Amino acid sequence: MVAPEAILQLENVTKIYRMGDMSVPALQEVSLTVAEGDFVAVMGASGSGKSTLMNILGCLDRPTSGRYFLGGRDVSHLDRDTLAEVRNHTIGFVFQNFNLLARTSALENVELPLIYGGMPTRERQVRAREALARVGLADRVAHHSNQMSGGQQQRVAIARALVSRPKIILADEPTGNLDSRTSLEIIALLQDLGRSGITIVIVTHEQDIAGYASRILVLRDGRVIADRRQDPRRAQTGAPLSSPEAAIV
Amino acid sequence: MNPVQTFRVALRALLRNKMRSFLTTLGVIIGVAAVIAMVAIGEGAKARVTESFASMGSNLLIVMSGTTTRGGAFGGFGSMPTLTWDDLKAIQTEVPAVRTAAAELRTTTQVQSEDQNWATMVIGTTPEYLEVRSWSLARGSGFSQSDVEGGNKMAVLGQTVVDKLFGAYADPVGQSVRIKNVPFQVIGVLAKKGQSQMGQDNDDTLIIPQTTFQAKIRGGLQKYIQGIIMVSAVSTEDTPKAQTQITDLLRDRHHLSVDADNDFSIRNLTELASAMQAGVSTLTTLLASIAAVSLLVGGIGIMNIMLVSVTERTREIGIRMAVGAKPRHILAQFLVEALTLSVAGGMLGVGLGVFAGERLASAFGWPMLIRIDIILVSVIFSALVGVVFGLYPARKASRLDPIEALRFE
Repeated sequence: MVAPEAILQLENVTKIYRMGDMSVPALQEVSLTVAEGDFVAVMGASGSGKSTLMNILGCLDRPTSGRYFLGGRDVSHLDRDTLAEVRNHTIGFVFQNFNLLARTSALENVELPLIYGGMPTRERQVRAREALARVGLADRVAHHSNQMSGGQQQRVAIARALVSRPKIILADEPTGNLDSRTSLEIIALLQDLGRSGITIVIVTHEQDIAGYASRILVLRDGRVIADRRQDPRRAQTGAPLSSPEAAIV
Repeated sequence: MNPVQTFRVALRALLRNKMRSFLTTLGVIIGVAAVIAMVAIGEGAKARVTESFASMGSNLLIVMSGTTTRGGAFGGFGSMPTLTWDDLKAIQTEVPAVRTAAAELRTTTQVQSEDQNWATMVIGTTPEYLEVRSWSLARGSGFSQSDVEGGNKMAVLGQTVVDKLFGAYADPVGQSVRIKNVPFQVIGVLAKKGQSQMGQDNDDTLIIPQTTFQAKIRGGLQKYIQGIIMVSAVSTEDTPKAQTQITDLLRDRHHLSVDADNDFSIRNLTELASAMQAGVSTLTTLLASIAAVSLLVGGIGIMNIMLVSVTERTREIGIRMAVGAKPRHILAQFLVEALTLSVAGGMLGVGLGVFAGERLASAFGWPMLIRIDIILVSVIFSALVGVVFGLYPARKASRLDPIEALRFE
């Protein structure tokens, strides 16, 4: 069996935050490889370095030392503009609190990455509608975030993460604000995306949610203390994803 | 991200807070409107001053005889007659910058109609006088050169004299008035001119041929003019030139040596006019400066609101950065928002300023003068205000750390 190509590769990545005279190491000598199409769950107590790891993987932050290869490209020392381009083209983010723009329609939220990618309006709208249809919200394009349930909002966020056809989706506690049934739907959606070849990395503190990943990384004090593969559970939901009613809490 | 998209994103953000956007803009609206209205009022006042000076006789120069300088006491200008009728002819014909000139002999005396009498200013002059003073006739006609040569007893009356002697609605043309018991036939009435700048009633006057004046009203000297010469220059710009040319001519004609003083003096009304105009201009500048301060305050209002907006929308900025916005995209967005507020304010301010200027002008009865250059300057200045005061908040926004911004509650 030929090993799939490594999409994420960390080499001795260390991140140190300076707080006055103290330097706080958030990540220490982390080396890690994630294959394309993998579904990875990152676990750990708060302060274990999960968030720092996600920030570095998401090109929101740069390592203090060590190297980070994203799709074979060393991105550890790129400037802010180039990092923004990398995020725009290769990474999709999903956050615990959805982070949609307030008083803005679902369509406009999903269009956002494409606007910064410089795509013409017509093509952009077609792509955004496709992405919304992919998450089962084809009939919710004009809704504003305050008119939607948490599950629907998170699906809009996933559509936004999808729309620029990224290689990786990074999800930070994507089910943290959702009830268990809606959580399951979101996980099912992410698993579905994983099967289509997108690499998924989620941060979670719920063992239950981690069970749906094919690989679990556990962090403590800025180090990876466990890294195991597993047979992922298959998220099954009662209702088909294309029915938006199923997501209403 | 092209400029149109940046503008649309900015506009959408501003429309999300309509009331706040409007109130922020209001500062600029009032500032620009104040500048435009103030300048319009000032220009109106200036035009009013110019207009009233023009009614005194545009491009007017007054040539007066010399003074009795020797012997201790100075007699004042005109106390010693030095100007001759030949001097007048020379001024009329030999000075290129002079359009026309006329002598003015004046005295105040009692004038009678059949049943009324009135003391007024009687002026003895030549037909050119009306042109020099820019006076026109309401009725009848003026006298001609042959009337002057013949010493005819005919008179042109000012409206005040008509009012006093014949009544306001009477037509005195063809009737007669008596001046020092000499009957004069009324041949014309001057158009009403109102008061002069000095409060003199320009309509309280009566004009007769200078020959008749010298023969019947006040005995004159054959050769010398016992009065002043009024000169009308070709144009306002040519008035100083006319003044020098007349000076040269008269010094030559009076055979004055190089180091001798003039034995006459020339007064220039345009100097007074321009001094008054300069005064009005200073006032306009003052008013406009005060108005400009309010524009500045409007700009500070924009900066204030933009700073609040950046703080409020920290998380939005974080989201935009996470999905690929570069710092300059964020900078452009907030700068365009500030610019939109200020330019919209500038344009609405122009409208309001023009409207207010018109209302004030009509309330004061002044001409309305909107200066296009001031409108352009105001709009450009308000845009500048937007850029200057929007830059700091926009830079602040663009320098946010996306991680911190996303975490912001």
